[in-house]
Amino acid sequence: MDTRDLYRDVILDHNRSPRNFGRLDPADAAAVGHNPLCGDSLSLTLRVADGKLSEMRFNGQGCAISVASASLMSEAVTGKSLADVTTLYHDVHALLTGGQQAAQRPLGKLMALSGVREFPARVKCASLCWHTLNAALEQRAAASAAAIPAQAAALPAVSTE
Amino acid sequence: MNALQPVASDDYLDQQGALIPERVRADFPILARELNGRPLVYLDSAASAQQPRAVLNAINTYATTTHANVHRGVHGLSQAATSAFEGARETVRRFINARSTSEIIFTRGTTEAINLVTQSWGHAHLGAGDEVLITHLEHHANIVPWQMACAARGARLVAAPLTPAGELDFPGFAALLNKRTRMVAVAQVSNALGTVLPVAEIIALAHQHGIPVLIDGAQAIAHQGVDVQALDCDFYAFSGHKIYGPTGIGVLYGRESLLAAMPPWQGGGDMILTVAIESSTYNALPWKFEAGTPNISGAIGLGAALDYLDNLGRAAVSRHEQRLLTLATAALQAVPGLHIVGTARDKSAVISFTLDGVHPHDIGTILDAEGVAIRTGHHCAMPVMTYFGLAATARASFACYNTSADVDRLVAALMRVREVFG
Repeated sequence: MDTRDLYRDVILDHNRSPRNFGRLDPADAAAVGHNPLCGDSLSLTLRVADGKLSEMRFNGQGCAISVASASLMSEAVTGKSLADVTTLYHDVHALLTGGQQAAQRPLGKLMALSGVREFPARVKCASLCWHTLNAALEQRAAASAAAIPAQAAALPAVSTE
Repeated sequence: MNALQPVASDDYLDQQGALIPERVRADFPILARELNGRPLVYLDSAASAQQPRAVLNAINTYATTTHANVHRGVHGLSQAATSAFEGARETVRRFINARSTSEIIFTRGTTEAINLVTQSWGHAHLGAGDEVLITHLEHHANIVPWQMACAARGARLVAAPLTPAGELDFPGFAALLNKRTRMVAVAQVSNALGTVLPVAEIIALAHQHGIPVLIDGAQAIAHQGVDVQALDCDFYAFSGHKIYGPTGIGVLYGRESLLAAMPPWQGGGDMILTVAIESSTYNALPWKFEAGTPNISGAIGLGAALDYLDNLGRAAVSRHEQRLLTLATAALQAVPGLHIVGTARDKSAVISFTLDGVHPHDIGTILDAEGVAIRTGHHCAMPVMTYFGLAATARASFACYNTSADVDRLVAALMRVREVFG
């Protein structure tokens, strides 16, 4: 077990200077994720235009892995169609847990997270932002199906437990 | 050394009466293992202490020679199991100096012991507008059960303030005692900060107002001499696994007059004298509060752990831990950007800290890779973390088997964290 494989330069860089850090107001979808193990939380806001995730911001408190993962995610999903975002969500899940369909498609910079799978206690840190994004999109889909605008007060609570 | 002969207490002490940790370490088989390819440095005893061979052997001997259900059979095994189980209760009584074994109730741990009080005593004595006074540094186990009882009875949970050093603000605490206060429930030692609370003064003041006091002794039992009669507390809760015993066993001490007046909290076998469909009569203390088959081997293991600690000598262990605390507190100053959280004058051997620019979780992972096991997170004490404006800290805690070499390894591993994160 070598922590250099976990704390790669890309991870340390995104932890020091997270991209897309902040909050969109108004936003088309939002969610808050919690990691009960460490008390960390991640708040995520995004906008959708022409079926694409056009903008995303995140803030909150977290370890290097969770901050870097959210930062890398924000770059990877911006400009992607919602269908592609869902595909990416599953690919990253496979990458982090080392499942059967691991790395079928090129994941670019997100590959910096591949070291996480050697540290089972830290997988939830890396996956928290993805679960939170997925919850925000599902909430938006459910809300638009019911023709109710997403309410900030009714944010879905996400837990990785 | 013959493994069957108890080791004399003197064998653990040098000529100055100081504990020789290398001798103690030899009693703890797990300390011989490696963690991620390096000799294990275990600095997480405040979460769960390791078990000496004396405890493991007692459990194994019970399981291989004696096991049967207690208080039931006339056969020899059941009688032997009952006397071993009740013998462990007597060991607990002696260890905390209770008046009688009627006051020693076995539970799953501190959490269940406190829940017993909140559910039995709380539901009988709390009413609308009443208050329960705790402090801002309690473990969740001494917050949430009271919250639940207060919510059920329309009572209010009030928390006493702390000083910036993480000590109890005693005048602030005293000012919160009033005619509505029905119970004071406080930790003897903070699990998150190591602060030792002035429980004797707290108890004396509460008793002046006629208010009973529950002490959460989970973090104190292995490190302080605990004498419930000298303290004059009304309830005292602790866990076996914080004092070198097994998990799943703990103790509630209760003043006999209070326990006798409390209703049972769980119904079932062993807690009754007679049962008819219409109604039942309850067993005497302490069994009134022990429904169902208890954790027999856990209680026996706990008894062995208390005997083990007494054989080492509680005072010698305490001096050893305080020496390590002083050593580590000084040594950690060498780590750039490290801040100790909780700087009470009277501290148990627990050091909570933060490192500028590094999340405690990342500290924990890198230390783990270096073979050093510490706790990171909110330590099940989120209100005290919030009080200090922190989401989490890293925490190193020391026990009888830790050495100054462990402190050196901790500091070296933290330097490694600084290398990675700059």
